[in-house]
Order: sequence, then C-alpha cells, then structure tokens
Amino acid sequence: MAAVATCGSASPGSAVATASKSNVTSFQRRGPRASGTNDSGPRLVSIAGTRPSVRNGQLLVSTGLPALDQLLGGGLAIGTVLLIEEDKYNIYSPLLFKCFLAEGIVNGHTLLVASAKEDPANILQELPAPLLDDNSKKEFDEDVYNHKTPESNIKMKIAWRYQLLPKMEQIGPVSSRFGHYYDASKRIPQELIEASNWHGFFLPEKISSTLKVEPWSLTPGYIKLLQFIQNIIYEEGFDGSNPQKKQRNVLRIGIQNLGSPLWGDDICCAENGSNSHSLTKFLYVLRGLLRTSLSACIITMPTHLIQNKAIIARVTNLSDIVIGLESFIGSERETNPLYKDYHGLIHIRQIPRLNNLICDESDVKDLAFKLKRKLFTIEWVQDNYLRQERNIYPPGFSYLLKQKDSAWGEGSLQHSTFLMSFLAKATAFASRLVRHSEPLKQTGSGRIHQAAGPRLWHDGRRQEAPGLLGIPL
Amino acid sequence: MFVELNNLLNTTPDRAEQGKLTLLCDAKTDGSFLVHHFLSFYLKANCKVCFVALFQSFSHYNIVGQKLGVNLTVARERGQLVFLEGLKSAVDVFFQTQEEPHPLQFLREANAGNLKPLFEFVREALKPVDGGEARWTYPVLLVDDLSVLLSLGMGAVAVLDFIHYCRATVCWELKGNMVILVHDSGDVEDEENDILLNGVSHQSHLILRAEGLATGFCRDVHGQLRILWRRPSQPTAQRDQSLTYQYKIQDKSVSFFAKGMSPAVL
Repeated sequence: MAAVATCGSASPGSAVATASKSNVTSFQRRGPRASGTNDSGPRLVSIAGTRPSVRNGQLLVSTGLPALDQLLGGGLAIGTVLLIEEDKYNIYSPLLFKCFLAEGIVNGHTLLVASAKEDPANILQELPAPLLDDNSKKEFDEDVYNHKTPESNIKMKIAWRYQLLPKMEQIGPVSSRFGHYYDASKRIPQELIEASNWHGFFLPEKISSTLKVEPWSLTPGYIKLLQFIQNIIYEEGFDGSNPQKKQRNVLRIGIQNLGSPLWGDDICCAENGSNSHSLTKFLYVLRGLLRTSLSACIITMPTHLIQNKAIIARVTNLSDIVIGLESFIGSERETNPLYKDYHGLIHIRQIPRLNNLICDESDVKDLAFKLKRKLFTIEWVQDNYLRQERNIYPPGFSYLLKQKDSAWGEGSLQHSTFLMSFLAKATAFASRLVRHSEPLKQTGSGRIHQAAGPRLWHDGRRQEAPGLLGIPL
Repeated sequence: MFVELNNLLNTTPDRAEQGKLTLLCDAKTDGSFLVHHFLSFYLKANCKVCFVALFQSFSHYNIVGQKLGVNLTVARERGQLVFLEGLKSAVDVFFQTQEEPHPLQFLREANAGNLKPLFEFVREALKPVDGGEARWTYPVLLVDDLSVLLSLGMGAVAVLDFIHYCRATVCWELKGNMVILVHDSGDVEDEENDILLNGVSHQSHLILRAEGLATGFCRDVHGQLRILWRRPSQPTAQRDQSLTYQYKIQDKSVSFFAKGMSPAVL
C-alpha cells in the first residue's frame, strides 16, 4: 500500500507559515517529501483502511460497499460528506449506513454515531458481519463465476449493440484491506465492537430543557451535535492539533435521519418553516470541520419528506457526494419485468471535483441495487438485456434454431420474417408496461386504439427519446 | 487560465478591460472551472486579488491553480492574494467568540442581518496601499460562490446590497474588476436565488453561463458555455452579443468547440 503524508501542509522554507497553527488539510498531494526538512516530523505513515486515489492522490476510505466505491471513483475522500437520500420506507438506507460503520470497525477507525431515533449502542449491535473467512469467500466466488461465464463467451445476436458497451464488473473479495463484503443477515461479532473506539450521540440524552446557548438560527440539536463533533475531533487529535499522537487514525461520522422532525427541525413538516436555514448552516459548518480533520461523514436524510424543493437543491450543493435510493416497493415499477431481479434504483446525483477540474463520473447511469443472498449489490440495469438475450426467442423457436441444417437458421428468409413479426409484437407488448412521454392523441371516433409507442419523431422535430426508465419525477 | 477561453473572450492578461463585473452562472453542471480560469488569469495579470472562497478549501484552489500555472501560496505571501477561506472561518466563528467583527459574523446571528462586515473586509483588502510603489495593476474581487450566502441565512436583498457596495467600491472607485459565481437553480423554484441571479445579471457586463447538455450526460461534451456581452450603462447601445460553445474539460485545460463539432463526433 502506498504511504501517504498525512500531516502538515506548510511549504518548506517559509517561516511565516509556521506561525499559524498547524494546517492539517485532508487534501494532500501524493508525492515524496524531502527528507531532512525541519518541519515537525511529517512522517510517511499509512493509516489502515485508506488508500490514495489514483487520480489526484486524495486519501480515500471505503464506504463499506465495494461496488459503490467503484462508482465513486475509488472510495469516499477524507474530509468529505456523503449524503444519502433515503428511500421512501427507509429500508435500504440504514443498510448503507451500517455498512459504512462496520467498515470502520473492521479497519479500526474511530466511530461517531449520531441519531435522534435510536441509541447508538443499539445501532452498533445491529451492524452486519464482515465476510472475512474463506468459506464465505468461496461461496461468493462461485456466485460471481456463474454470473460471468455465460455472457462473456456468447456473441450477442439481437441485442448486439450492448456488447460494445461497458459491463459493470463484479469485484470478488480482494484480500487487501480496502473494502470488505458484509453479510446483512448476520450480526457483527461482539468482540469486534468492544475492541473498537466509538462515541455515540443520542439526541434525547444530550438535549436538556434549559439550554444556555445563544439564540442562533440553528436548532439546538444541531448546535449540540456540532459541538460534540468538534470536541471529539479536538480531543482525539484528528485535526492535527496534537502532534504527539502515536498513531494517526480516521474518524468516521455517521448521522442518521438528519432533517427529520426528531432533530427538532421542521423542514419536513412545513414549507416555509421558521428555521429553514438551520440544516444548510449545519452542513456548511460540518463540512468546514471535516475539511480540517482526518474524518469522513455519512448522512442519511429523508429528502422525500422535505416540502420545499429549493432546500433540497441547496443541501445537494452543500454536500460533496449525493446518492439517492429509490426502492420499488409500492411503486408501479415493482411489476415491470425489466426490474424483476432488483429492489430499487440507485442514483448518483453528484460527485465532487476535489483538487481537480474533472471528476470521476462513471459512464453507467442506470444503476439498480438488490439485496440478494445477504449481499447488497449494485448493477447496471441494461445488464438484464445481456442475460435475457438468450431468452428473447420463444422456446419453440430456439428448438428449431438448434436443428442441424435447419431452414430457420440465421440469414434465411423464414428467420428474418419470423423475427420481424415477433419483434413487432414483442415491442408492442412490452411498451404497454413502459412509460412513454405522453399518450397518443386519439383522432376520430374509430375503435382502433393505438397504443402509445416509443415516440422518436414528433412534429418533424426529434423529441428526446424517453428511454425505458421513464422520465424521472 | 485557459488559452482557448481567452481567445473566445478576446482578452489577454495584458490588455483586459477594467471596471467590469463578470457573472459566472451554472445550471445543472459545475461551473467552477470558470472560477479557476479567472483566478489564474488575474493573478497572471499582476492584479491584486481578493478571493472570497466560500465553497472549497484553500488547498483545493491551490492544487488546481498549480495545474493552471499559478501558485496561490506564493501569491498570498507576496500580498497579491487575500484569501478568505469560508469553511475554515465558519468553524472559527461558530466555536469561538470573536472580539472584533469577523467577516462571517452573520453566522452567529439568528436573524438575517447584513453583510457589512464582509464588505469591510473586502474594502480593507483591496484598498490601495499609500506610500508604496504601485506593484499591482488593479484590484479584483472574486466570489465563489454567492448562492452559499443564501444557504447560510442571508436574504437575497442583503446579498444584492453587498454586491452593490462592492461594485461601487471596486469597479467604480478603484477601477477594478469583479467576478461572481451564482448557481442557477433552474426548474427548482428557489425564489431567493432567482432574485439574486436576475439582480446580478442585470448589473453585469459579461455573463458566462455553463449549462449541462439538454440531452443528459455525455462523456465527450461536458456542457455548453454561453457568453453574453452586455452594456448595462448604455441602454440604447447596440444589441448584446451572444455566443455559444460546447466544451470538454480535461486535466489541465478546457477545449471549446462549436456546437456539434466535438472531435469525438466528427
């Protein structure tokens, strides 16, 4: 693992800069440090569970889901905020939250868990168990193997365009220390929790009725949380204020359900609340704290409850990485055959450009997740075409194809005629289930009811193709 | 400094106009590459720059600046650059009581006050030093970005007042330039942001608008840049000139091309 300098950004040879307090910024350039400088010992240390980004030397930590790490360009950068917009019934976002915390425990990072709903000690009890032993690794390897072999060998016949597009790779569990797989059905072993260093912030315990704080326009819960975080960062030396600390470590902060009424904030209840700037101020000061310390933060927020859409836009702008989860439960997509293997969609709404003009945006945009066999995986939806390509022919037809010297072979007239009529019917059948831009206007009073087809040309001008996933609301 | 953008705007660091307000606006994409461009442009033009950086930390701008050929640390030590790091100052203001008024004093107040301390900071930073020889050509104020002030509790009118005061001081009195970045919220109805954006675009001489493509994400074309020259002081002037280009951001530069003429397509 490459070693990264983690302390001190004072330029060598400037006496003026050392007069100010030690600037630890979490954005460090990966590069060799001149040995023998008089700086206060910026040793080249490597922290467990981190690695430098290949693009700009940024120090990254794993989010707990290797598939998500890959989509974010390697992991979560230290000093940044990962905001997860919760799914409607809050089923899958706690899982991502817990994987992040579990990754911290497995790597030996310090945890700070804040919640207004659950006691942090209970949250820690429910963390998923890491897949570390060889037996489960083998089982997972088999699963990956079965998925991968059929497609890569067969040339596509119908959906041949998809063969040219990038496939999302399933990463098998690598034996490095970055990124682990978690078993959502098992609990983390008790001894791992006890060996870890964690701090909990449970709002009902911390808030008291008499609050001797200045009347800032921040809800008292947020003020208390910020003071708590700042306290931990300062006391445990995550901001470099204590250079004698023997081993540098990363602080992982997890805040659950931020913005919900349990935190005392009313943006989920009223459109123009009294404290509408409370949440955005909190995020700004939090990001300021994170940028000057070795910490990374995950926040889950019920944005579907926020009445004022402008606040969601501001919150998105103030966070670094924003991921939205949309589960299919209760929506019409649950019955859509395109999504039958998946539990929901995952939208990567924003990726930051840190220390760079460009960012690592992934090329695949239609991503879906599923909680399959205790593992949470993220895949590209179009991969379904790759798997179902073999099933697109009706069963009887593929029997005919398999015959030796069959008159229905590729290139024959029967084959093409059959394909044309079959595909015409199939498209019409499938398009009943897929949402298009607007229903076709019915002209006249005839009985002929024309189904809304995929509309590509309208009024002579090209309308943007609606796409199979429909127009997002 | 992106050479292609200089060509499009028809300026060089040597012969840039003075007394102008430039508005950078981004809709559905990230327009921060324009901020890096102007920062390096004015540092190379030997101007005294006051950078109110509310969005990212100093090291971020420094590292990107080094890719574009300017060293912010050296500029800060020389006195050419006065840098207000919003994130760090906000933490200072929030957790420690300050004796003298801090530029970000409004964070501590419950009601939306005004941005007078921030304006005093800017004026103090850019006022010409008497007695010394004129080392810098003209002062420049750079703000990244103004929409953050709205998120921090200021009203749109207070921010517009601040811009007005700054414009009177920097553009008119000191004959310097101003560059401001404002996010355009687009279809999200953020009224305060719209008021702010309309107000500033009415006063600006040059508007650079970075938009995402209407058809969505593209790997080879990152967005579209609209350049609009305005003459706000002369209402009967000739029509405002407007140009549109598409761009692709690379590691150290941005390449511009006419619409539909991306090298990936041709």
